[in-house]
Amino acid sequence: MQERMTGMVRQETESKLIARAKELLADQTVARVLGWKSGDMDYNPEPGYFNSAQELESQFVYNGFCGANLSKYMIEASKMEGRTLVFLKPCDTYSFNQLIKEHRVDREKAYIIGVGCKGKLSAEKIRQQGITGIETVSGAGMDDGCDELKITTIYGEEASCSYASAMLERCHVCKGKEHVIFDEEIGESRDTVDAERFAEVERIEAMTPEERFAFFQKELSKCIRCNACRNVCPACNCRKCVFDQDKFDTSQKANANSFEEKMFHIIRAFHVAGRCTDCGECSRVCPQGIPLHLFNRKFIKDINEFYGEFQAGADCETRGPLTDYTFGDVEPGIVAERSQSCSK
Amino acid sequence: MQIESKEEFRPKIVAFCCNWCSYAGADLAGSSRLAYPADIKIIRVPCSCRVNPLFILRAFEKGADGVIMCGCHPGDCHYTTGNFYARRRMTLLFSMLDYLGVENGRTRVEWVSAAEGAKFSATMNEFAEKIQSLGRNVRLEDIRCRKE
Repeated sequence: MQERMTGMVRQETESKLIARAKELLADQTVARVLGWKSGDMDYNPEPGYFNSAQELESQFVYNGFCGANLSKYMIEASKMEGRTLVFLKPCDTYSFNQLIKEHRVDREKAYIIGVGCKGKLSAEKIRQQGITGIETVSGAGMDDGCDELKITTIYGEEASCSYASAMLERCHVCKGKEHVIFDEEIGESRDTVDAERFAEVERIEAMTPEERFAFFQKELSKCIRCNACRNVCPACNCRKCVFDQDKFDTSQKANANSFEEKMFHIIRAFHVAGRCTDCGECSRVCPQGIPLHLFNRKFIKDINEFYGEFQAGADCETRGPLTDYTFGDVEPGIVAERSQSCSK
Repeated sequence: MQIESKEEFRPKIVAFCCNWCSYAGADLAGSSRLAYPADIKIIRVPCSCRVNPLFILRAFEKGADGVIMCGCHPGDCHYTTGNFYARRRMTLLFSMLDYLGVENGRTRVEWVSAAEGAKFSATMNEFAEKIQSLGRNVRLEDIRCRKE
């Protein structure tokens, strides 16, 4: 069993979550708990199952670094015996709703505790500020002010940075702090929006085709085809994936040329178009730091523009934009017309 | 003595045509003796809705310089609604390709009915001309398929 790092101390919200989980385990409402386990460092907790009160006590964490979206794990948990207690942040509940709509999870098998969220952090964002060799991080707890992070490094130095500067991109454009599906709610949230959701997409759209091509070439050539973006995505949940077909050129392997990396990302984004809740997990897990959300968000922007505002996962009934149509939909020629009118 | 080869660029164009309207339209163009370039390679599909976005990327990967998709006019689909779904899909895909910096003239959707042989031929001539002027597809290609 891993020892908890000393940088973080159990806080009230965290204790409340543990206490409630213990109760539900004890009265056998749930058979197991799906939450975040402390990792080997303060900044990398990971998703994990808890089967006993002791495990919860010793390993459960919930703080600013618990960015992982647990809803996808419920696909597997839905096949297990008994109910599973799952902790979902506001944005994760959208993914869960979407999974219900696609009949991939069983609502009856889940006991959802909606947890508060004050924006989630990324160790990478801290490193980008020149703070390397992070050993402990404090100030990331749910009951801290969440204004400043105090960091000690393996070099024995102390550093600090603002909470907002270390936040994941997705939290700057947060969808809102309302849980769209839950059995009970614990913990407080805080509004973290300080950027325009489509600003980055618009910036790219305003470039010339040559600049756009160069931009994506540069970003996508970093891709090592580790498939982390596919594996983490709650919308990417086919039982059999086209990228695992070994009889097909797109099978999981290093990109052989500049086309394959583009093909992979276009198809990945297209497969989740209209179903992507913009949870931003793809960009969070990318080991190469590719801004993958820019693809998904472009599709979302187009869908909003062409077929009306749509937020995947906002409910479990509405038809998705790609499984629906109207007689008067725009013709595909609009793409060329639009870019001509832009260049004039 | 070596014969100087004059390499002229001939585009490779893939046309996905639905079985019920556009393919019959191509047939009519043929039997009406309406010419369209031999660079157009027709792939018959049961419905325009059968065209997976991957097909289009795959065509580009295999060296196509342009891809055009033809189907029944909206409302006339043999399967009632297939082309409506295809229309949404293609709009989003083309928009994405444009976003990636691929010339947007390389992709096109045209609705051609079985009675529109003349439209089929005119569309194909126009599209082939467009691709000819855009030249070789270098932004989306598979280097393995090209002999240098």
